[in-house]
Amino acid sequence: MDNTGRQDGQPLEDASPRNSRRRFSSSDKIYRFLLTACAALIIVVVLAMIAVIGQGSWLSIKEFGFGFLFGQTWDPIKGEFGALPFIYGTVVSSVIAVVIAAPLSIGVAVFLVEQAPRSLARPIAFLVEMLAAIPSVVYGLWAIFVLAPFLRQVVFPPLQASLGWLPFFKGTPTGIGMFTGGLILAIMITPIITAVVRDILEAVPVTQREAALALGATKWETSRIVLANAASGIAGAVILGLGRAIGETMAVTMIIGNRPQISASLFDPAYTIASVIANEFTEATGDLYLSALVEMGLILFVVTFIVTALAKLLILSVGRKTQHTA
Amino acid sequence: MLSGRTKFALSFLCLVLLINPSCFSGRRGKGDAIKIQGAGSTFINPLMQKWVSEYGNLYSNVRIDYQSIGSGGGIKQIKERTIQFGASDAPMSDADLKSAPGEIIHIPVILGAVVLTYNLEGVDRPLRFSPDTIADIFLGKITRWDDERLLADNPGTSLPSEPLTVVHRSDGSGTSAIFTNYLSKTSPEWKEKVGEGTSPSFPVGLGGKGNEGVTGQVKQTPNTIGYVELAYALKNKMPVAEIKNRSGNYIVPGFATVTNAAAETINETPEHLRVSITDAAGENAYPISSYVYVLIYKDQPDEVVGQTLVDFLTWGINDGQRFGESLYYSPLPQEMVKRASAKIALISHDGRSLRTQ
Repeated sequence: MDNTGRQDGQPLEDASPRNSRRRFSSSDKIYRFLLTACAALIIVVVLAMIAVIGQGSWLSIKEFGFGFLFGQTWDPIKGEFGALPFIYGTVVSSVIAVVIAAPLSIGVAVFLVEQAPRSLARPIAFLVEMLAAIPSVVYGLWAIFVLAPFLRQVVFPPLQASLGWLPFFKGTPTGIGMFTGGLILAIMITPIITAVVRDILEAVPVTQREAALALGATKWETSRIVLANAASGIAGAVILGLGRAIGETMAVTMIIGNRPQISASLFDPAYTIASVIANEFTEATGDLYLSALVEMGLILFVVTFIVTALAKLLILSVGRKTQHTA
Repeated sequence: MLSGRTKFALSFLCLVLLINPSCFSGRRGKGDAIKIQGAGSTFINPLMQKWVSEYGNLYSNVRIDYQSIGSGGGIKQIKERTIQFGASDAPMSDADLKSAPGEIIHIPVILGAVVLTYNLEGVDRPLRFSPDTIADIFLGKITRWDDERLLADNPGTSLPSEPLTVVHRSDGSGTSAIFTNYLSKTSPEWKEKVGEGTSPSFPVGLGGKGNEGVTGQVKQTPNTIGYVELAYALKNKMPVAEIKNRSGNYIVPGFATVTNAAAETINETPEHLRVSITDAAGENAYPISSYVYVLIYKDQPDEVVGQTLVDFLTWGINDGQRFGESLYYSPLPQEMVKRASAKIALISHDGRSLRTQ
């Protein structure tokens, strides 16, 4: 496919903001100071958080060292703490969420921008944005009372009957566990990814679509060109969703089963880092116990960082490939 | 370079702090409201809120604020003296008491119970459990409802041939502490493998957040069994199991049987009143019962606040008891009211007792 239309969308602009700087230097100074202060505040907050979390988890780091990362027991009564099942639960539930939510959200966004008539696109876009505003505890309640029974009664039995030989679908499906947790996360991050992807697609210049159509491309081919050009922005949207999935606490806690174990079966209960902190922090007595929980926070920081970085690399490399073939 | 900009930012911060009126902690004048801050047990929260509002109606100049942050949080805060009283489902440990900056006394104010509830179709009369069976269920050794041991406890009841799923608390809680305290007393294997505490590591089962989480999961999932506070099972109209006590009787949890558990153990209750009444002896004692305590410093730094606390607690263990029943708490036995009053009389300021006039 041809890609020559890409540059045409940007109008020429010779009046950059720097050239048009005026002489009101004192008000500009205040303006610049405020902006710098805003940016600096972010850095200060992040550094302060790392400092406090690092200090709080020092006792646990000293006691367990790297063993904390690989330990599989979490027994506050006996004072044994290990983070591995929680890391596993956090990563797997978030990956399930993104695998389900990313294609779904991109599909919805493409429909809204490329296909839907205006009279339909507006209300659907509004609904999607409203979904993003629902508090997570409400998602959790809905999951307990609607989603879990539905999965247990309607979805899981045929799934187990046909694919039960796979390790992913073994065990007693109670409706509460890793799969349900991942699914509720997917539903929660769909509106965010959709809203951002929609805005990005709308920012792709109309001239590109017109050029593609003029060259005889079908609607499907036009959408592919638009998507390829918006790839890095879409990647950003997906990462935003992933970040929310990793840190989401309340809804997952209510539905994932809260059992620190590493099990291949998606029907089995699991546990996430954010959940264990929310669950146990209020009643954590004893310095080592508290410190271990704070170290979980530190690990959540690191896990978020690593997963986001990996996702960015992965999606960018895929995006580059599609741009080359497009 | 830390130039004028930094100075500007700092002075701005100072200005914000100055404008905020809560930064002034002025002295209390005559006729001003007396403010008291309490925190702790989520279990006692509904009753505490009721007490606070009823007491506020009686004495309009007293403003008590209770935050249900959990028993562990209550203990932590009272040790740091950030609150005037704490509340806890389980008594403080000796180590905790020793590390506190002053002498903390325990005042039992009400009784609570932990019950077994389940979701089992086709069973219309309450199921019965003996202590060993409960331990084996929560240890993961009984995995089906038609297990012989369950059938032995429930002759004449037909139990379905279904897998049994355990639901327990996932958040740290006094409910778990009371339940595991009971299991540790009745099962040596439980004591060795799991032990007792607010966040036990259960060998099997699903974790639900809060009493409402466990209630919700048991209600929604067939063939489950879980433990919750009595109030949650009754309010949600869920079945409540009868549990075999030390005298060999199967006991229905209720106001009378829970108060009995306290009354029957009153003679063995030590002077400091920190006591576990699970697995109580006595014909009609429900075995998974517990006191809820208010934690308070014996030596009060502020005379007016101390006096108000003494009056409030005295009111709570006497007149306040009648508000318990509608909220599913069991009243203290008469003998304990007397002993708790004696404890309240120990609260003092500058060496003078603050007892109610």
